[in-house]
Amino acid sequence: MDWGGIFENTLRAAIAKDAIVFALAAIGLNVHFGYTGLLNFGQAGFVALGAYGTAITVDYYGQSLWLGVLATIASAVVFALLLGVPTLRLRTDYLAIVTIAASEGLRLLLRSVTLGDFTGGSTGLSGFAGDFYSINPLPGGRYGFGPFRYSSDTWWMLTVGWTLVLLATLLVWALMRSPWGRVLKSIREDENAARSLGKNVYYYKMQSLVLGGVIGALGGFVNAVATRSVQPDNYGTAITFFAYTALILGGTARIWGPVVGAMLFWVVISFTEGVLREAIGNEVIPSSFMSTTQVGQVRFMLVGLGLALLMIFRPQGIFGDRRELALDAR
Amino acid sequence: MPAEGSGPLADVAPEPGVAKPDPILVVDGVTRRFGGLSAVDVDHLEVQRGLITALIGPNGAGKTTFFNVVTGFDGANSGRWTFDGRSVGGMAAHKVARLGMVRTFQLTKALAKLSVIENMKLGAVGQRGEGFLSALVPTLWRVQEREIEARADSLLERFSLGHMRGEYAGSLSGGQRKLLEMARALMAEPALVMLDEPMAGVNPALTQSLLEHVKALRDEEHRTVVFVEHDMDVVYDISDWVVVMANGRIIAEGTPTAIGANKDVIDAYLGTHHDAPLSEAEEERVLAEIEAVIAKESASD
Ligand SMILES: Nc1ncnc2c1ncn2[C@@H]1O[C@H](COP(=O)(O)OP(=O)(O)OP(=O)(O)O)[C@@H](O)[C@H]1O
Ligand SMILES: [Mg+2]
Repeated sequence: MDWGGIFENTLRAAIAKDAIVFALAAIGLNVHFGYTGLLNFGQAGFVALGAYGTAITVDYYGQSLWLGVLATIASAVVFALLLGVPTLRLRTDYLAIVTIAASEGLRLLLRSVTLGDFTGGSTGLSGFAGDFYSINPLPGGRYGFGPFRYSSDTWWMLTVGWTLVLLATLLVWALMRSPWGRVLKSIREDENAARSLGKNVYYYKMQSLVLGGVIGALGGFVNAVATRSVQPDNYGTAITFFAYTALILGGTARIWGPVVGAMLFWVVISFTEGVLREAIGNEVIPSSFMSTTQVGQVRFMLVGLGLALLMIFRPQGIFGDRRELALDAR
Repeated sequence: MPAEGSGPLADVAPEPGVAKPDPILVVDGVTRRFGGLSAVDVDHLEVQRGLITALIGPNGAGKTTFFNVVTGFDGANSGRWTFDGRSVGGMAAHKVARLGMVRTFQLTKALAKLSVIENMKLGAVGQRGEGFLSALVPTLWRVQEREIEARADSLLERFSLGHMRGEYAGSLSGGQRKLLEMARALMAEPALVMLDEPMAGVNPALTQSLLEHVKALRDEEHRTVVFVEHDMDVVYDISDWVVVMANGRIIAEGTPTAIGANKDVIDAYLGTHHDAPLSEAEEERVLAEIEAVIAKESASD
């Protein structure tokens, strides 16, 4: 078995595009769920809007990349308002139902024939990433160190992506140590207590939904420019649940939880996939038992098992504080 | 027990719905029904400014529901009410709180995963750092935050919670949570504090100092206090005025002495609790009986 190759792939997964996209999606969910207690099950919708916001603006309307980024942010704000206005006054479970339905509805809308002119229907769009790479200031060619050898364009994408992750993390850190963040946390703990102390709970929940949604949409932007394409079926609910997995893995309501969680999530996925493929290729696992085409599914089963074990032995995640969990049981 | 004929409400007639000289809260025709049950049905009630008013009544009388309605946590089916001359009927709870009418909850709401001191700091109103953009510029709120923290610390000391300041509020005992919630409400500097069973579960040794705090709210800080309480000793000890509720209605109000002597109240409420304080004559009689028993026993030894 080629352990060297497996480890190199695994290391690359820690900083690759998927780690960035899910880090941003999970940072957004951390604002929603970790700090405010909002059950947003539609983060995939925000990520999709982020991707399509840029893609449609540049590809269909022929506008600049900057306007595309603006559209990405604006569409996330509008989506958050549409979801929040009817639900945030109600119990948290309503938000969960509405968001999961809205994100799936949005995906179906994006792939519908009616909107095909704008969205490219089920094939999506692909002619929009040129501007992003044409402003790449890095030297051309292929370079790097150790296992991390990429083309200039990939380095550019990784640089922009991780910069966005760092900026989002910094923003969340600055907000959560402030009195504003304290109000959010108090809403998570007991919104009636926050109300009794004069806090406009609805308004804060809305701000939280918008902020986390915009951060998730930036993940969609990165995904779009990294793959130079958008396809509706890449934005199914799996994104939401993987982002939750990453968040819980890293530790909710922790500044670095979602980032480290997302990196680790893809490290584990990449490692299990690499090991399974090698094992099948070298007949360690007989091909009658499992084929390489089944690896994709099996790795998620193994990840599920791993998560179950994590919940048993380290339920607070990597950065979490076990004492906090004990408080819930009181 | 305050002596009859003293205090600002001495001349106010002890009858339900009676007008007060300087009311801070005026409630008119407020009803709240749950299905067929009329949980609150108050024709008229005035709460005198700057005094301690006790709201008593049997379990299920509607005291908590009344609190919920007037503070905006529950909608009324009908009725109007004013706080400090402003109509607040139908107003959102957080706005009512900002106007200066702050309540605590019968089932305490400690913010478990916030530290005790963070719980306290949350209570302060008008915080500059609570705006999204200003939150990003600490220079705008650092000084205020320090002032708030200093005030929070001195309140925590007063409520014997100073040593817990860094702990998670969720790790406090039930009684400590009651204390924290009351202290936190005071951070808002309310003109009117509405306490729903503030002493329930609090260690008797601490109850006495808590009562002193409540009196200090009135005497030193000139706040108005309305509190729900089942312990009649506490009611007699600190309240200037007592309002009695049963089945959603106000059945009596008056000074503690007047209420203690009110037959309707004794029938509806006190009679079922047997914890009305003994009159002096009764006390002497009971003491004499006990002494007689003791004397007998020591004689037979
Ligand atoms: N949300 C609700 N839905 C239905 N009925 C309710 C609701 N809240 C209160 N009630 C009913 O209204 C009545 C008054 O309840 P409330 O809690 O106000 O009583 P209380 O005077 O505070 O009693 P306690 O001394 O036990 O705290 C009770 O009969 C209760 O069952
Ligand atoms: Mg009650």
